[in-house]
Amino acid sequence: MTGFVDTIAREPKSLVGRIAKDAIITGIIVFILGSQLVGIETIDDPQGLRFETRYLDVLAAVLIVAGGRAGLHLLRAAIAWPVLIGSVVFSAIAIGSTFNEGWQLLPFSNPIVDWIFAMAGVFLAIRSVVVLIRGRAPAGKPTSTMDMISAQTQRFSPYAALAMIGFALLLPVLFPERRVVDMGILVLTYCMLGWGLNVVVGLAGLLDLGYVAFYAVGAYSYALFAHYFDWSFWACLPLAGAMAAFFGLILGFPVLRLRGDYLAIVTLGFGEMIRVILINWWWFTGGPDGIRDIPRPTFFGLAFEKTAAEGVATFHSVFGPILDIEFEPLHRIIYLYYIILLLSMIVCAFTLRLRRLPIGRAWEALREDETACRALGINPRNTKLTAFAIGAMIGGFGGAFFATRQGFISPESFTFIESAVILAIVVLGGLGSQLGVVLAAAILIGLPEIFRELADFRMLAFGAGMVLIMIWRPRGFLAHRDPTVLLHGKKAQRAGPRAMASEGAG
Amino acid sequence: MSAAVPAAAQAAERSEPAAQPAGRKLLTVEHLTMRFGGLLAIDDVSFEAYDRQITGIIGPNGAGKTTVFNCLTGFYKPTAGRLTVHHGDSRQFLERMEGFRIAKDARIARTFQNIRLFPAMSVLENLIVAQHNHLMRASGYSVFGILGLRRYRTAERAAIGKARYWLDKIGLVAQADVPAGSLPYGAQRRLEIARAMCIDPRLLCLDEPAAGLNPTESHELNQLLISIRDEQNIGVLLIEHDMSVVMRISDHIVVLDYGRKIADGSPETVRTDPNVIRAYLGEEEDKQLPDVVKRDLPEVTRE
Repeated sequence: MTGFVDTIAREPKSLVGRIAKDAIITGIIVFILGSQLVGIETIDDPQGLRFETRYLDVLAAVLIVAGGRAGLHLLRAAIAWPVLIGSVVFSAIAIGSTFNEGWQLLPFSNPIVDWIFAMAGVFLAIRSVVVLIRGRAPAGKPTSTMDMISAQTQRFSPYAALAMIGFALLLPVLFPERRVVDMGILVLTYCMLGWGLNVVVGLAGLLDLGYVAFYAVGAYSYALFAHYFDWSFWACLPLAGAMAAFFGLILGFPVLRLRGDYLAIVTLGFGEMIRVILINWWWFTGGPDGIRDIPRPTFFGLAFEKTAAEGVATFHSVFGPILDIEFEPLHRIIYLYYIILLLSMIVCAFTLRLRRLPIGRAWEALREDETACRALGINPRNTKLTAFAIGAMIGGFGGAFFATRQGFISPESFTFIESAVILAIVVLGGLGSQLGVVLAAAILIGLPEIFRELADFRMLAFGAGMVLIMIWRPRGFLAHRDPTVLLHGKKAQRAGPRAMASEGAG
Repeated sequence: MSAAVPAAAQAAERSEPAAQPAGRKLLTVEHLTMRFGGLLAIDDVSFEAYDRQITGIIGPNGAGKTTVFNCLTGFYKPTAGRLTVHHGDSRQFLERMEGFRIAKDARIARTFQNIRLFPAMSVLENLIVAQHNHLMRASGYSVFGILGLRRYRTAERAAIGKARYWLDKIGLVAQADVPAGSLPYGAQRRLEIARAMCIDPRLLCLDEPAAGLNPTESHELNQLLISIRDEQNIGVLLIEHDMSVVMRISDHIVVLDYGRKIADGSPETVRTDPNVIRAYLGEEEDKQLPDVVKRDLPEVTRE
């Protein structure tokens, strides 16, 4: 035993020896930790609790960590080719055995383990390609590269936005499948909510953890107006926005003096309050049972149903003969898709425009320094309240759309996790960046939908992703702020602010 | 430290008329008192400031200079006293106004001892934010702005023009589009003054604008302040530690010590005032001691 310890304690001479030693030590640590965390599974049997051992999973964990560490060290020492080949072979085997039932090369029973193997391999492969291209270890200046990328993205964002809008317009034509269009609706809804919250958090710098409250107010406004007065979606949409804006003001007033953490706590409480009220005011809101049979939106009075109620024409009965189409349930989904596309485009244009107006600049100034704002004669109260109200109004529109899409709402849809997801979209995308919100919404909402089989690991991946983003891009993917107004025009800006600054300093 | 300033320039500065023809009375401070719990930070201070004059407020550390500023600009509510701004015949009482209205309606602008720019916003944006209230009205409280009406666009162009004028004056035109936080320290100081000027103030309050500046920058600052006084026809209220700055450019100096006003007058009279000399240089040891201690002193120190 002592001999073994001595061998470990001695510093190996060669580089490969050092790396191997490091990998072995890491492997031992993983084994010690993993044999308890991973190796034992408790099973709830009718006879009582018992446990099973999972030796293979422990082995997998040890292999991944030790191999990954060795690979990273090799890359740091600029030995990239063996790592690249090894990792590619490895991930190929892992991916192969996840997809191909008969081609099981890895002995693991759980396909998740194969997936993790594949991910680790792909990650190492990407790193080694980066090292090969740069010809040195990537530890140099990763942040500045990422900053450059986000600055570049920002510059090309008008073109990217046009391409995205074009794609969004054509999506139902290109993929006329319910699953795809549904996902498009979901992503667009969250984009819109993200842009709304962006006004409050990204521009005005007021951390709002209860945004879902306004979403709920919008949804319930529409549902209740429709339920009690039989009002249509289009009549209720502005009302829902106005109601939500009003609630935004109600929340705004008491929290005017609060900042940072304190503000976050109060908004969090506000979000819960709305939900609890909705549950307990059962004779008005239906309580936990929610409200069902919320009317669907009509197309200028035409319903998207097979057989409409008395006196209501249906879309297919009017347009069927002209366009030569039969009734199909998908049409309603596509119609909903175009509604949310229109709504979110309006919200996007609206918020982009606001940012360039005095009110938008005042929001940003307030985020930067409230004291200085007051010394410049900016009314902090009104400025904050407008931010709250406009953010809430957008949330209310989103809520009304949600209600009409689902046809059924209950307080369960408006839990804190929704607020957290919307906030995560804003923060991950980069505070204040419109394009970043789209990117983050696509990643946060789209990916979990695509990887439905891995649903158990969703929150794990969510957390891991958050941690990684906070390490690599603490200000979000596309955190690059473009001035709202330029003195020298875009060209001079592109020529490089650095050059201008040095010229001025000289 | 004045050795680094070109001698000719220094001479030029001296030769400027020391006392401008004083304009109308702009600000009257009467019996201003500010108490923080048991600490009397300002004790019954009264003074006046005029149009087209630079009024310096000096005093040793902790004399209450910044507290006077904070009372004037609405950051503190004074315990007692009256702060009157004269608009021709009408008057406004600052102690009754909400903080932001002092800048908006009474048009008193200020800068801060520790610079408070909007660091992530560009230099130009900093100057445009300062014209917020004017632009807000022009944009019909955002309604016209959202619709993109010409009225707002004209107003914005005018605002950029004004910002450009001030950028020209402080020599930062080339850096107009870089984030304000990336400017060097001296430039940030000048930008803060320009930003305060963009609200079209009638009285500009500067809290230690020369702090941390090198002699050249400090000299440029003097030129800027003198030109603001002479060209913009406004009053300037200046807190400063650097005696060379205060004595050179002030038309009128108020000296505070331990929250009380101990002198008030032209630089020459203040410079020779025995109270001021005592406050800055201290007095001889035995003068400060109570009589009882003074009597016993020889015995105690005999050894």
